[in-house]
Amino acid sequence: MISLTINNKTYNLDVDPATPLLWVLRDHLDLVGTKYGCGMAQCGACTVHLNGEAVRSCVTRVSQAAGKKVVTIEGLSETNEHPLQKAWLELDVAQCGYCQTGQIMSAAALLRKNSHPTDKDIDAAMAGNICRCGTYLRIREAIHLAADMGKK
Amino acid sequence: MSQPNNSVNRRTFLKSSALAGGGLLLSFTFLSAFKKGELSADLEAEDQWYEITGYIKITPDNKIKILNPNPEFGQNVMTSLPMIVAEELEVDWTKIIVEMGPHDNVKLGPQFTGGSNSVRMYWKPLREAGAAARQMLLLGAAQTWNLPVEELTAKAGMIYHEKSGKSGTYGEFASRAATIPIPKGVKLKEAKNFKLVRNSQKNVEGQKIVSGKPLFGIDYKQEGMLIAMIEHPPAFGMKLKSFDATEALKMPGITDVFRQTLYEPGMEQGGFDTRTFNELLVVVGKTTWEVMNARKKLKVSWEPAGETKDIINGRTGKKEVVVPGKLETTSEQRKLMQEYANRPAQQLRKDGDPETAFKNAAQIIERTYNAPFLAHNCMEPMNFFAHVTADKALLVGPLQAPAWTEPLLSKVLGLPADKIEIQMTRMGGGFGRRAYGHYLAEAALISKKVKAPVKLIYTREDDMTYGIYRPMYTATYRAALDANKNLIGFHVKGGGIPEHAIHANRFPAGAVDNYLAEAWEIPSNITIGAFRAPRSNFNAAAEQSFLDELAEAMGKDPIDFRLELLKRAKENPVGKNNEYDADRYAGVLQLVKEKSGWNKEENKKYSRGVAAYFCHNSYAAHVIDFINKDGKPTVERVFSAVDCGIVVNPDAASNMVEGAVIDGIGNALYGALTHKEGAAEQNNFHRYKMIRMNETPRQIDVHFVQNDIDPTGLGEPPFPPVFGAVANALYRATGKRYYDQPYGPQLNSAKRAF
Repeated sequence: MISLTINNKTYNLDVDPATPLLWVLRDHLDLVGTKYGCGMAQCGACTVHLNGEAVRSCVTRVSQAAGKKVVTIEGLSETNEHPLQKAWLELDVAQCGYCQTGQIMSAAALLRKNSHPTDKDIDAAMAGNICRCGTYLRIREAIHLAADMGKK
Repeated sequence: MSQPNNSVNRRTFLKSSALAGGGLLLSFTFLSAFKKGELSADLEAEDQWYEITGYIKITPDNKIKILNPNPEFGQNVMTSLPMIVAEELEVDWTKIIVEMGPHDNVKLGPQFTGGSNSVRMYWKPLREAGAAARQMLLLGAAQTWNLPVEELTAKAGMIYHEKSGKSGTYGEFASRAATIPIPKGVKLKEAKNFKLVRNSQKNVEGQKIVSGKPLFGIDYKQEGMLIAMIEHPPAFGMKLKSFDATEALKMPGITDVFRQTLYEPGMEQGGFDTRTFNELLVVVGKTTWEVMNARKKLKVSWEPAGETKDIINGRTGKKEVVVPGKLETTSEQRKLMQEYANRPAQQLRKDGDPETAFKNAAQIIERTYNAPFLAHNCMEPMNFFAHVTADKALLVGPLQAPAWTEPLLSKVLGLPADKIEIQMTRMGGGFGRRAYGHYLAEAALISKKVKAPVKLIYTREDDMTYGIYRPMYTATYRAALDANKNLIGFHVKGGGIPEHAIHANRFPAGAVDNYLAEAWEIPSNITIGAFRAPRSNFNAAAEQSFLDELAEAMGKDPIDFRLELLKRAKENPVGKNNEYDADRYAGVLQLVKEKSGWNKEENKKYSRGVAAYFCHNSYAAHVIDFINKDGKPTVERVFSAVDCGIVVNPDAASNMVEGAVIDGIGNALYGALTHKEGAAEQNNFHRYKMIRMNETPRQIDVHFVQNDIDPTGLGEPPFPPVFGAVANALYRATGKRYYDQPYGPQLNSAKRAF
């Protein structure tokens, strides 16, 4: 039995400890906002926060998450009004939208450490997240916009 | 009319949909099947929805719902198509409920996403539906109030009778309106009177996207659903010989391992029924991870498939296609292409006397361009849900072409089409890949065999190595110049594996007196299909690079040179069947010239490349500016000009063009799928390089030509010319011409990526 704290809720699960956190979230807990893209930490679609750090849940064993605080897109804010979510809507960032939850989770981890990142900071922090539709410029702008919202 | 309740199922719904005229309908979204408590609000409230044309539903308390008929894969049709309806319907957009429509080609049109056709093909039907519905509501009010309909007006979901001061909501007249036959020929608005169309509206699913709601096929779930995966042969040209699943079946959660034939021998395939492997080794289990693990325990022997035959009944009629058995290797494919390029080819078009022009030429410029297979790499890998029972089938998931897939499902399942229900989810990308419905057939057959609801999932590796790829292309361009450096002859000879890319009737055909286009093809067992702007995505790279080099040889500015050719094509066109409109083509070049400050001194510091192209009925031109950063050419900014007629939702349209630019830069610099002995050499993103944020330009300025032409399509046209503009800019940055895609690896070394 593994005890997990996800979005401030405790779950006790009987799963193979080697199962990637991604599949526990998606298949066992119906938290499907965390996406499968590559299974090898190459695309960032599965990004969640583990004790505040952005991690790729597809290569994070569920046992590694035990006793730590996991935050997924569903728990990023209680009302889905995180400045990044608002900025994403304001700039209408998404095309297909599949990668965007992972993008937002990577960006949220960046803003926590660096409340006013430069383009270069953003590029470095977001280089692990692929957007196949090519919305990168809007993502970059939305992160700046969210940083400005946070300042106010 | 009776009050519907929650027990009304989709089957009943489809039946009642088939009734002529109005009729009471209960809407249904896949979310309502997903999880209790997530039922859409209207369903829980047991609203009465009156159907006013197939696209619009209204409740007595004036909730107005517009169905999006066409599959959404990121082109934003969930927003733009309902906007078109709403424009004519005269409603308050902020109060509209938008919902994905069911698969119903009788009521909701062709329902195909691809070919940049969504807005183009729905523009008129949706306007007519909106206008007809408005008229039905007006007639309903006229009957209710016993007033002449001519005295009534409709505005923002209300009907007014100015003389008497009477007013009422659409909802009040919905039940009566639903009984009125749908009128034809209702007058549509003039473009100058649009209030909603041409004004940017936000993505109606934006909130769901940023909060991680279950929108995509891979998110779909039903009680008792199993997960299935397919173990594919390791290479094209191989097939399943035998397997031992003893160990795999011992793995936790695994319920079944079996062999499944996809298409029975001799089955007539539609043009989009392409599939790579026909003998499937299927692993079924309770969870995704368990199935992934069990696959590793399979003991499988594969064998060469040898030559096989398919019967294809596609657009060009019924034919038997021989699929070669050889295990192909990219370097050998390239050699073979060179051999074919030197053989006589099929003539596609000939104007004037090109042989004599080349014989008399003072100078001949000849260049050959090559491009590799490309994988679509949709971020959401292929997947589909299926629940097949003895007498019906439900399929839910991401696909571009339900109408083409339904007949395939009917064939493989032996069920009549009206027993097959396909629900379309949002797609995590498509790019042409999801026009091929073989994965629905796979999911359906698996569900039928295991007698349970099943979700078939491809891993990223399955998705990348078992693709329906962009073909491998080559083309040799030749230009004949006279002693005064006038262009007197033009020749293109193109080929590919397994298809060529040449569009013989496109620019510069029509602009050169002596013109010849030829093509050849080499059969292959590597499966190919549509990839964002099929064929154009290669032509625009090759031809636009060649024109750039030609302009330089002629001592002309690359934009002016193209404009001169277009002037000729307009004033005194050569030959027949020229596909493009020279004015619209020149228009985007002029616009990009102006917006990019093409000749301005302050822009001389950039290595600038220009390209333009016509495809899928629209026109696009880009100027791409590179700078040298840390000794390496780096893309800095892009100016884009597009003529796609009326732009329905401008900000979202700009987003699409920005995306096409990024997609084009990424594929031009990095995109390549290569094979060794039939096996794909790239199986995930560590080997298949995708463009990332740090490699993107700082700025993309998108400009649309303003006109009142009915929309001509946008998803594809801006994509192809990016390749040419990148190649031309890189030439100015490095002094070297780029003939082989992808260009990226050549920036660091002379090495070719494929």
